[in-house]
Amino acid sequence: MAKSDKNKIKNLAAAIRELVDDNPITLMEVCGTHTMAIARYGIKSLLPPSLDIVSGPGCPVCVTSAQDIQFAIDLANQKDCLVATFGDMIKVPGESSNLGSAQNVEVVYSPFDALEMAEQNPGKEIVLLGLGFETTTPLIASLIKSAASSNLGNFSVLPMHKLVPPALELLISDPDSKLNGFILPGHVSAVTGTRYFKFLETTGIGGVVSGFTPLDIMESIYVLIADITAGRTRVLNNYERVVRTEGNPKAFNLIWEVYEPEDSKWRGIGTIPTSGLSIREKYADFDANCKFELKKREVEEPIGCICGEILMGRKKPNDCKHFGKSCTPLYPVGPCMVSSEGTCAAWYKYNKE
Amino acid sequence: MCLAIPVQVKEIKNNNRAVVDNNGVNFEVSTNLVENLKVGDFVLIHAGFILEILTHDDAREKLALLEEFYQKTGRGKNGKE
Repeated sequence: MAKSDKNKIKNLAAAIRELVDDNPITLMEVCGTHTMAIARYGIKSLLPPSLDIVSGPGCPVCVTSAQDIQFAIDLANQKDCLVATFGDMIKVPGESSNLGSAQNVEVVYSPFDALEMAEQNPGKEIVLLGLGFETTTPLIASLIKSAASSNLGNFSVLPMHKLVPPALELLISDPDSKLNGFILPGHVSAVTGTRYFKFLETTGIGGVVSGFTPLDIMESIYVLIADITAGRTRVLNNYERVVRTEGNPKAFNLIWEVYEPEDSKWRGIGTIPTSGLSIREKYADFDANCKFELKKREVEEPIGCICGEILMGRKKPNDCKHFGKSCTPLYPVGPCMVSSEGTCAAWYKYNKE
Repeated sequence: MCLAIPVQVKEIKNNNRAVVDNNGVNFEVSTNLVENLKVGDFVLIHAGFILEILTHDDAREKLALLEEFYQKTGRGKNGKE
């Protein structure tokens, strides 16, 4: 880190301390990459005790329901089926096992690799797990369109995508919510633009779209605190080198061309209306939910795991009886410990004490 | 999961692919999600796709925010921060 950045961060920390008094303020980040950056750079140690930063449901792996994961495992155990997934998903428990122990699973770096796998293995059904928020969904939408235009009959996507705004609305509407502001996800916003989050301005809880360097994050916290203490509710862009007001319209429109909103189950939280995406009928040939006779089944969540309450910002990892004892990165119980960007994994790695 | 890194475009191919350079390591990515891409552009890549073209001049809004910070704190205005 440049020395000038260090000095700026020190000054911002001082300015934040000047703005806050003993009244508690709670900010929430809703991006797993922010969770990791805040833990890694020790950002919380720079902040006054009355200012708390909690992690929201910002890790798509963590919020994928056990039911969806079990369905992926069931598909991967079918003959002639090959499930392609980002590596983050491999260790997440379904009913009693995980994808890593299923028969036919291939980890891909880019979803593009799954399309190539389908071209190279005409005798196999390649199922790509359609994971992620608005950042990742356009990539997968573009692959579905490519597969449709080249009539690639052995490629399909199992949609598990989630949308950020419905989760924010749920968090705000929670009567027990103590939230005062959001650190908004930088790379979701690169696709959606800041205007996607403008609705927050009518809710009384504002937000700042933030980059991922320690300076970006400290600046965003300062600006949020300045607005909160002045009684202003705004949605601001502190990642303008990447994020435009209108985002990347080509990528954003691709989402809606291929998908439509549907109610979706979030792990530990429950069903949130219109917070997921299903593949439009036009592309039904590439929808793994339609393509196979095998269907989803009910699956219980692990007992005693409080990932849901952690994802809502109500509890901290060390409130959980499993944390650091029966639940560690090597033997995770819940998804917040499995994913490297999960809140529990970040706590375990950087501030276990 | 929404991890993305900035890289520079070295070569644009004709099959919606481009070669990018990340600290001396070259690799191919998809250009399906962006328009008007040029060699030399700095771009943000996510899971093998160019997600957005970066602007070289960082931030009118950011400068305005910093201005507010300087006014409030009286610090660092002339590079002394």
